[in-house]
Amino acid sequence: MASEVLAKPQIRGLLARRLRIHMVGAFLVSLGVAALYKFGVAEPRKKAYADFCKNYSPEIDFEEMKKAGIFCSIR
Amino acid sequence: MLSRAAWSLMLKKSGHGRREMHSPEAPARGEGKMPPYANWYAERSYPMPEEPFCSDLNAEQQALKEKEKGSWTQLSHAEKVALYRLQYHQTFAEMNRRSNEWKTVMGCVFFFCGFTALLIWWQRVYVYPPKPITLTDEWKAQQLQRMLDMKVNPVHGLASHWDYEKKEWKK
Repeated sequence: MASEVLAKPQIRGLLARRLRIHMVGAFLVSLGVAALYKFGVAEPRKKAYADFCKNYSPEIDFEEMKKAGIFCSIR
Repeated sequence: MLSRAAWSLMLKKSGHGRREMHSPEAPARGEGKMPPYANWYAERSYPMPEEPFCSDLNAEQQALKEKEKGSWTQLSHAEKVALYRLQYHQTFAEMNRRSNEWKTVMGCVFFFCGFTALLIWWQRVYVYPPKPITLTDEWKAQQLQRMLDMKVNPVHGLASHWDYEKKEWKK
């Protein structure tokens, strides 16, 4: 029916090619997700805790809580 | 869609006219088996039925079946179509046609969801006991004040959003 002959499609090595592509892709995606998490979640969290602890004094905190009256044994 | 076809078939119980032409099975009791339980029924997930659609053939159809045993190049296009129609109830295009059943299904789902919402509303008004004291607004305000005094979650959580100098929420 066709006047010209179609090119023969690739028959072999399809799984191997798919595995190659997806192996590389999965590696890159997981690296990317890990990097995003580190710089989006982990680093800001560490910075927030560091900033909090820089100017934190447990004695002052305790005095404030005592003044607010939440302790039962110390009024 | 399928149930509608079966229902209309049942409604046309008196008119055997169209069914006699195909007469897939001799009905032993009443109407006999109806699709999808008939032996000639096919669907996309079950495309090769057990029996041909027309088992009782008149003389002309039997002659066609005899001709089919010879070389198929002798068959005209109309004869091939006739043979297909004898063998199968519907073409793949007809069998796989889409329908509007999903609208009915979604409509009924939403309707009954709404009805359930009415029931739940009635239950809330007439069945539920009064709220416990801990859910009143005064108690909740005192609870929040105590949490702020205790400085719960001062790094990321509740107390971190409260400005202790100005005694208000941080902007």
